[in-house]
Amino acid sequence: MTESVPERGFVQLLTPEGERVHDTDYDVELSDDEYRGFFRDLVLVRRVDAEATALQRQGQLGLWASLLGQEAAQIGSGRALRPQDMAFPTYREHGVAWCRGVDPLHALRMFRGVDLGAADPHEHNFAMYAIVIGAQCLHATGYAMGVQKDGRVGNGDGEAVIAYLGDGATSQGDVNEAFVWAAAFAAPVVFFCQNNQYAISAPTDRQTRVPLYRRAAGFGFPGVRVDGNDVLATYAVTRRALDDARHGQGPAFIEAFTYRMGAHTTSDDPTRYRIAAELEEWRLRDPIERLRSFLVRQQLAGPDFFDEIDAEADELAARVRKGCLELPDPAPETIFDHVYANPTAPLEAQRETFRAYSSEFLASGDETERSTVPRREGSRR
Amino acid sequence: MTSMTLAKALNAGLRSALDTDSKTLIMGEDVGRLGGVFRVTDGLQKDFGEHRVIDTPLAESGIIGTAIGLAMRGYRPICEIQFDGFVYPAYDQIVSQLAKIHYRSHGQVKLPVVIRIPFGGGIGAVEHHSESPEAYFVHTAGLKVVTCSNPADGFTMIQQAVASDDPVIFFEPKRRYWEKGEVSEEAPAEDWYPLHSARVVRPGSDATLVGYGPMVRTMLESAEAAAEDGRDLEVIDLRTLSPLDLEPVYASVERTGRLIVVHEAPGTLGMGSEIAARVTERCFYSLEAPVLRVTGYDTPYPPARLEDEYLPDLDRVLDAVDRSFGF
Repeated sequence: MTESVPERGFVQLLTPEGERVHDTDYDVELSDDEYRGFFRDLVLVRRVDAEATALQRQGQLGLWASLLGQEAAQIGSGRALRPQDMAFPTYREHGVAWCRGVDPLHALRMFRGVDLGAADPHEHNFAMYAIVIGAQCLHATGYAMGVQKDGRVGNGDGEAVIAYLGDGATSQGDVNEAFVWAAAFAAPVVFFCQNNQYAISAPTDRQTRVPLYRRAAGFGFPGVRVDGNDVLATYAVTRRALDDARHGQGPAFIEAFTYRMGAHTTSDDPTRYRIAAELEEWRLRDPIERLRSFLVRQQLAGPDFFDEIDAEADELAARVRKGCLELPDPAPETIFDHVYANPTAPLEAQRETFRAYSSEFLASGDETERSTVPRREGSRR
Repeated sequence: MTSMTLAKALNAGLRSALDTDSKTLIMGEDVGRLGGVFRVTDGLQKDFGEHRVIDTPLAESGIIGTAIGLAMRGYRPICEIQFDGFVYPAYDQIVSQLAKIHYRSHGQVKLPVVIRIPFGGGIGAVEHHSESPEAYFVHTAGLKVVTCSNPADGFTMIQQAVASDDPVIFFEPKRRYWEKGEVSEEAPAEDWYPLHSARVVRPGSDATLVGYGPMVRTMLESAEAAAEDGRDLEVIDLRTLSPLDLEPVYASVERTGRLIVVHEAPGTLGMGSEIAARVTERCFYSLEAPVLRVTGYDTPYPPARLEDEYLPDLDRVLDAVDRSFGF
């Protein structure tokens, strides 16, 4: 069983019923447009996620890691980043990517297998998705040490770094080493843990005996738990931690207490490891519905607004679908590209061998021969 | 020309690298105040400061993982792993991250990280302090792997490794740290021997010995001894293990017809296996005898009192030469 939803003990600014509550430490003042902007983000990323899940089911993606249920944690933290801040994601941060201005098709490229997630991290200040659990926490910490060395901390214009991780990642050596490093060097890095209650099938109590946020104290920096389904609270808490980091106050740990409504990835079956009642309990805490209730209660949005957002989501989903289907397969010879910054003679020789071998099929006049005639038993082609 | 030990030559090379580029950093356990357990970084923190020469927490994965982040930020970290047998906790960051990020980013992220590892046995150390893990890294695409055998190469190769835009695993033969040689600190970098090139260190016509790092001296001594028996052995210092530069080896084998590969690492799937396979493919009709290997055994590195039995030495090399001529 997972830890039950705490009624108190986490930062919350919007109740599951959509009532605005106040917190003396973390209150935020937002404009009406900003509230509506959060709603738009939440709906659009959920829609991209749903479309990607459908594309996987139809065989267009090899795999998909759904963010369903975690939209508020991602949008709240993602919108708290300033343009100069750097984010190090896992493979599930599609909502954060959205906030950084990364095209949703980008993640689909990796899951479709047309590349391995290629990107220039500096284009959107968003590093490539990391698949090995927790590895990116060290990269983020090292990057933050670089920020520090560059003299880019100590004032409001400073830079901060955020590393995303899950509850399972807190068991990894690399994550604990990152905590040690960040503390020892007072690196400007915020560790944003989305505790979605399961590491594939293993519940959080298989990772820890204490609430995750309390671990930070042992490493010597603040840890805070926030309602991960409350976009206002995740925004407020993350913004504070990032600002503290950019002012030179060192690292922080945020545990966004949330829930993964879907499977870990499209490969697993969550009905094997969790009960329907638990899912139902979390459905009542849905991040989008609570903000919708708030917007309606406060008369910040009406049917026209919601229809407009839905239409925009439809349009985005159609664009993502079309874009996905149109992604070209990479050219075979690109297998050999970019292994090294300075290519080596032996590898270039292998490329030549491959080129010569491939050209035999082209020279035969039947360019399809290789892909249609199995050359040997068990050939995938 | 100055006569200095390998440890001093590496120190001078690192000093020069720190001088040349302010983005260059040294990081590792005890590299600062202590100057490293082998004193290779001696005095560098004093002269370049704690921000350039960083004593890290005691965690190898953290050293490499944070170096990756620093490199992404534009720095050129030189990491020290204190001993060969301690590199394994960092193995995942090296193999899964450091080696692959340039590839998966389509070349948009360069990681000019150097990992210095004192390696090999012969110093009477305790467990985990005498291993030869080079094959693990040579097997991994995206890494470059080199090893120096003498002070002159130590001085230039470490600077070439730091200048490389690719990750370089730099193996230092710890039993040779205290051996002296002539180092030319003034020679311009353009005149340095290329980093990824093997070198014939003793010409000969009867058989070829190829090895690297700590074994180069052993091979040279073997060749001296063989000369007394009237056999003229050619000795090749491989220097670069990935990419593997076998052109000088092919050329040599085509003249001598005999090849013996020497290394401390266990023989199974070691560098010798790869060299034997490639030389056989390339020089089949030139070979008078099969390619032979003189290596460590397929055991864990033994207790120090037995390491003389384990390590290839002059007698084992000459025995292999005899066997080659026996075919």
